Amino acid sequence: MIRLEKRPNPSRLWTALTPVLAVLLTMIAGGILFAILGKDPIEAIRTIFWDPLFNEQFAAFSRPQLLVKAGPLILIAIGLSLGFRAGIWNIGAEGQYILGAVCGAAVGLAFYPSESPLIFPLMVIAGALGGWAWAMIPALLKIKFGTNEILVSLMLVYVAEKLLASMALGALRNPEGGGFPGSRNLSQHPGTANTELFPGTGMHWGVVAAFIAVIAAYVLLNRHILGYQIKLAGQAPRAARFAGVNPNLLVAVCLGLSGALAGLAGLFEVSGPAGQISIDFNSGYGFTAIIVAFLGRLHPIGILLAGLLMALTYIGGELSQFMLGIPAAAIQAFQGMLLFFLLGLDVLSNYRIRFSGFAAKGAS
Amino acid sequence: MTTLLSVDRLTKAYPGVVANDDVSFAIEPGEVHALLGENGAGKSTLVKMIYGLVRPDSGSMTLSGEAFAPSEPRAARASGVAMVFQHFSLFEALSVAENIALGMENPPKMSALSNRIAEVSQAYGLPLDPARLVGTLSAGERQRVEIIRCLLQEPKLLIMDEPTSVLTPQEVEILFATLRKLREEGTAILYISHKLEEIRALCDAATILRLGKVVASCDPREKSARELAEMMVGKVLHQTKSAGQELGDAVLSVHDLSLPPATQFGTRLANVSFEVRAGEVLGIGGVAGNGQDELLSALSGERKSADHVFLHGDAISRLGPTQRRQIGILSGPEERLGHAAAPDMSLIENALLTGSVRENLAQKGFLNWPKTRSFAERIIETFDVRTPSAQSAARSLSGGNLQKFVIGREVLQRPEVLVVNQPTWGVDAAAAAAIRQALLDLAAKGTAVVVISQDLDELMEISDTFAALNGGKLSAKVPAAGLTVDQIGLMLGGAHDMEVADSHADEALHA
Repeated sequence: MIRLEKRPNPSRLWTALTPVLAVLLTMIAGGILFAILGKDPIEAIRTIFWDPLFNEQFAAFSRPQLLVKAGPLILIAIGLSLGFRAGIWNIGAEGQYILGAVCGAAVGLAFYPSESPLIFPLMVIAGALGGWAWAMIPALLKIKFGTNEILVSLMLVYVAEKLLASMALGALRNPEGGGFPGSRNLSQHPGTANTELFPGTGMHWGVVAAFIAVIAAYVLLNRHILGYQIKLAGQAPRAARFAGVNPNLLVAVCLGLSGALAGLAGLFEVSGPAGQISIDFNSGYGFTAIIVAFLGRLHPIGILLAGLLMALTYIGGELSQFMLGIPAAAIQAFQGMLLFFLLGLDVLSNYRIRFSGFAAKGAS
Repeated sequence: MTTLLSVDRLTKAYPGVVANDDVSFAIEPGEVHALLGENGAGKSTLVKMIYGLVRPDSGSMTLSGEAFAPSEPRAARASGVAMVFQHFSLFEALSVAENIALGMENPPKMSALSNRIAEVSQAYGLPLDPARLVGTLSAGERQRVEIIRCLLQEPKLLIMDEPTSVLTPQEVEILFATLRKLREEGTAILYISHKLEEIRALCDAATILRLGKVVASCDPREKSARELAEMMVGKVLHQTKSAGQELGDAVLSVHDLSLPPATQFGTRLANVSFEVRAGEVLGIGGVAGNGQDELLSALSGERKSADHVFLHGDAISRLGPTQRRQIGILSGPEERLGHAAAPDMSLIENALLTGSVRENLAQKGFLNWPKTRSFAERIIETFDVRTPSAQSAARSLSGGNLQKFVIGREVLQRPEVLVVNQPTWGVDAAAAAAIRQALLDLAAKGTAVVVISQDLDELMEISDTFAALNGGKLSAKVPAAGLTVDQIGLMLGGAHDMEVADSHADEALHA
């Protein structure tokens, strides 16, 4: 019989080891899945994890994509992780991402055709504010009326999507676009473009912001009283109140901060890789970032690595669809497995497994 | 007459600790048998094995001459063993009868059950209205629900785990009358407690456990409480002593404080007034659930109120916990894990929890970890907290050690006022003595100390003055010296309208 036994202290070894183990198990289980689909599992796994970075034919294109995709995921996930640590569940980063893009783009387009170097910084500020404001809606409703932030923030994603469509079709539509939906292209206009900083690397301002966010979050959580209060509120809410933490303030800070970072991610995307406001501008970064946050164990460095890994499975997934004809749904299942194994293996860091013939029954 | 239960060489080990080591003892029918020992001595593990919650690694038991190895509580109940736990498992939003029906294998119709409950409760002097919501019952009445739940099974052996920790002295008398009646009917009772006077008054035999081993068996009526305590602890007990110095000016005063309950079944504080002087230890007695948590949170700043709380005459009711700490009001809540300390955080992080302001552990919001660490280590050293290191998680410490840590954390911050709730609850005798001594030493240096506790012996030992909290109301404070147990009992609200029960019990006894 197998029995779980709580460790007095969480094991550091297992905390570090479980992500690696989870990736390995995902490869095995995913390999079985691909084999059932009639694909060569070894080749599929290689196409997903290896080819995007090292295949001579594809790497020149897909390697820069790694940072392009990981940037927004990391930026959003860092913001979300702060709230998640405090037990404040912002599920609506996708909506805040859209609002950041819309607000930032609107500012950029308002100055068109000026090419002043001040425009881009202004757009960055507007993007952050847009995401922040959208996140403050669930925050204020929670503080004032005790509503559930999970539901409100999630519902606001759908509102944001409608708003995005109306902007693409109305206020922000390109007057010279011949009636097609979508705004002017921001990335091809000097004043508003989020340019690639080093050609061929995929490094743009959003990636820089993501790295800064990782460092800032690390310092906040480990060296600052606010980070301590966030952790305390998540682990022991009653102890946090005893310590003098104001729960309402924490709700506003955590939701506001995660909204602002998601808004930034949206702005950097719309002014760079995406280029314009369009009806289907958002591509699910805000939701995938939730997985990234947990995959990285809500730890800034972990999120950095998880964001890169997730981006890799995205690029590799597309590549395997293209090369091997693996269905998109199988790739999504594969990504889901990663989270499943990680959360499942989490138990090892807090519990010890005992094998024994005569296991005692615990207290009921 | 055959022995009812005999326990033969039971052993149960958990990783790192042998909870029961070769334990043997026997209970005769109609005997009230005490199981004595400090926290961690192995009492709970032993009764859990008898009740089928835990299986022994080795050893055997016989019940009425037959082999007895219950694999689950249901099997134990079927064999005639019932247990009243220290912590009640009752649903507050359900009625008494519904709660009892929930614990039964085949509950009869509600009306029939209600009649049975009324019958049993009358017969044993424990009146209880089957239709009342459990949420409206006092702790003593809730315990009666648990007892009646057991009596309905007509057990041969009734196990009671620390049954008097939630009762007033008068309620204890009623409980004892019930237990004595059960004994006359031939029911054996296994009585777990560390209150020695009670055991001397009630029990016929005692088995004393220390560190998982049986260290002595005796007739408690022939031993003094002190002798029993020394058998339990295994050494001569150190007596706490107060300096008995002159009291200073009033430091903390509370005028007419009323506070609505925080939860549906919480207690409303009504017109609480008192003041504490520098160097004074004010003991506030009362049965749990009479407003202790609410009073602590009103003083710690977790709950704010209109201008009712004053420090040196300045209104401080509207200040939060951090600001109150700044001006010297520190507190120690009852619940160690989750309230006074964060279970999964290290002792260093837990030192920061209340120490950041007064110990200057953060500059402009940035934390000074080396300084925090040395503060944690100072607490560990000064208060003899047994832990592998300051980096251990709070939950890995034993109750007594963690309590020494959280009380020590406040004491070392040189408070002007220290408010503690149940400072020695669930703590072994040596740690409890150390904590009481620390509180007395603090008062000797001029701190005003408020000790909220259910343990009347403790309050009598350390308090200069005493007040009783009952139903959210605080009695006037009186000097502690010379108070008798009966007087205190009356201040605590007597038997909570249980006088009826008393007369019924008498009738039943004389019938």
